[in-house]
Amino acid sequence: MKKKRCVAMLLAGGQGSRLKALTTTVAKPAVSFGGKYRIIDFPLSNCTNSGIDTVGVLTQYQPLVLNEYIGTGESWDLDRKNGGAHVLAPYQAKRGARWYEGTANAIYQNIQFLNKYDSEHVLILSGDHIYKMDYSKMLAQHIDTDADITIAVIDVPMEEASRFGIMSYDKNRRIFDFAEKPKQPKSNHASMGVYMFKKDVLVRMLTEDDADPESEKDFGKNIIPKMLSLNMRVFAYQFEGYWKDVGTLKSLWEANMDLLGTDPVFALDGDNWKIYSGNNAYPPALFVKSSDVRNSIVTEGDIIAGTVKNSVIGEGVTIGEGAVVENSIIFGGTVIGAGSKISYAIVDENVTIGNGCVLGDGKSSPDRIALVGRDTVLPDGTEIESGSVTEAE
Amino acid sequence: MKTLGIIFSNIHERDIPELTKVRTLASVPFGGRYRLIDFVLSNMVNSGITNVGIITKYNYQSLMDHVQSGKNWDLSRKNGGLTILPPFSDEAGGGVFANRFEAIKSVASYIRHNEADYVVMADCDIICNLDFVPALTEHARKGADITMIIRKKKVGRGDHERLIVEQDEDGRIVKTCGIEGAEGEHLVYTDFMIINRRLLLYILDHSTQWGITSFSRDILSNVKEYKIYGHILDGYCVAVNSLADYYAHSMELLDPDVVRELFHKGGSIYTKVRDSVPAKFTDTAKVTNSMIADGCLIEGEVTDSIVFRGCHIAKGAKVTGSIIMQDSVVESGSTLNCVVMDKGAHVLDNRLLSGHPTHPYYIEKEGTI
Repeated sequence: MKKKRCVAMLLAGGQGSRLKALTTTVAKPAVSFGGKYRIIDFPLSNCTNSGIDTVGVLTQYQPLVLNEYIGTGESWDLDRKNGGAHVLAPYQAKRGARWYEGTANAIYQNIQFLNKYDSEHVLILSGDHIYKMDYSKMLAQHIDTDADITIAVIDVPMEEASRFGIMSYDKNRRIFDFAEKPKQPKSNHASMGVYMFKKDVLVRMLTEDDADPESEKDFGKNIIPKMLSLNMRVFAYQFEGYWKDVGTLKSLWEANMDLLGTDPVFALDGDNWKIYSGNNAYPPALFVKSSDVRNSIVTEGDIIAGTVKNSVIGEGVTIGEGAVVENSIIFGGTVIGAGSKISYAIVDENVTIGNGCVLGDGKSSPDRIALVGRDTVLPDGTEIESGSVTEAE
Repeated sequence: MKTLGIIFSNIHERDIPELTKVRTLASVPFGGRYRLIDFVLSNMVNSGITNVGIITKYNYQSLMDHVQSGKNWDLSRKNGGLTILPPFSDEAGGGVFANRFEAIKSVASYIRHNEADYVVMADCDIICNLDFVPALTEHARKGADITMIIRKKKVGRGDHERLIVEQDEDGRIVKTCGIEGAEGEHLVYTDFMIINRRLLLYILDHSTQWGITSFSRDILSNVKEYKIYGHILDGYCVAVNSLADYYAHSMELLDPDVVRELFHKGGSIYTKVRDSVPAKFTDTAKVTNSMIADGCLIEGEVTDSIVFRGCHIAKGAKVTGSIIMQDSVVESGSTLNCVVMDKGAHVLDNRLLSGHPTHPYYIEKEGTI
């Protein structure tokens, strides 16, 4: 088998508890985004567009939707004879069964996979960010600087820096300081959770880390600080462009809103960096006579009879006559009854909202988003206050 | 019940010369994101027919590009799957086939090397969501030689080149004749046929000897010799016979009941995946009674229209009663009424274009006005 230059390992096992009911039954990377996408479409499409054709997807928390979605990897052109997309779940071994205990341990438990492909480099990705990134440029710098690890960084506003892993680097981009969520950040170069390792270095570091009972088995907390203390070659790759952590309801809402308008904050099209997604074979969206749609995204399979403003509507959604959807995100397969008013809400997949329901109130805002969980059925006339969470039983 | 599907990609092509000048009838765009062949191909797949041959004649590059390996219809298989059957002319240099019977004759070896019990033959001009299973079950139960799939239709002057049939109580066809000159409601043959594979091969092998050169004239009209039954289709089922028909049936898709019946009730209608972004509407957009596919940017007014994938309707443009095929652009200030814009066409600023439903104004592929 021909040796690969780089394989990617995508950490998709996280629960994402800050997304509340959205992740009750699905893992965070499988949460819907932008009408027809799921969060994981972004790192997977980035891989295929960057020429990385082998991706291990590490799942653990509620993997059913995610596993089915990834399938053979065909949607991202990752159904390959040599390589392709592989779902890597925790497994039972001779010395016992272990769940993935931290980001580093998840990769450690799949060293066999890394050894099988025996690539020169390994790219570690997470499944919680919305961004378009050419990993091949990062790989080029990684090889150029002969780095043991290259960490992708993005500049964040100084006041938000204490939420991230913060790095300081010299003029050669060599990192001399790293602090995970520092109270007093020394710079605004934040880690994007995208790491490029030399494969041999990665295997060695993970094996040593696993033997250390004190370690929390985490890249940010253990592996990177250790590599710095050993004075290994740790470099930063400066990323310019849109990057959004969608770990909270507010940030998920904002990232969706960033898609709207003729000159959007984040453009999904208009470049040659296509984001691929699973396909549901829906007909084009149908707008009946009473419809009024402004500053919004509407996806195929929708039947719109109501008013839609400043919103993102997923696949196969029906919006009844006289219904008004404003400043909201509606995921696929949801039905909104006639005359319902929805404001500052995130409505998950396959929800049924009856006629004359009201979601949100006078206090609605991006900080007080009303959330309705997957498969919930709201009877006619239901009223839901802003900032609340409603879930199916 | 092993069944082989055969699709004729180019029969009826002369009916819509505007749209088939640069493509086969099979690859004529329809319904915002589909090609005509998607309906019959998806119907076959949804009916469990996973062995499908497509007979091609001319201009089939766009068709090849559309169906590729058949993967989007789940027809990229080790066992069976999709086969494109390019035109074939024998050493005598007789040229490629002239009608359906000759076309089938030219692929006799493909049919011979298949193990199916039945062959379903179909054209691409019929738009419906059809399950072949009930028809196949009836066919087997009645021990039929041939089952013609028929539909009830009010026949008018525009109808041509089809057969109308009469049935007895048991559904056996007792009479077939041409549609020309007929009026009122009749049972009209859809050109979808189920035939026993062995019988088909037997006929093909002896066709020269018996002087058989046409299905409709020499086989389907011979109701005494062959056991021919009719299976009536209920529900939405239309044929595209002319540009006016194409226009009228496209506009029927603006009825949510038709959309539900055609796309949501039965199996899915599959097509080539394009990975377009969802459609985007700006503050100035005004869309009513229209169908808009993914990848569109709508800044202007769209009323009573079908807009295919990747189109741009600029601010201040007004599109009414029109069909805008994929990747077309209507610039600001232009007004379109009853226009069919073929793929990649471009209407510049402040143009005023108008047609009539029976004679839509047609802009050719990649044309600029």
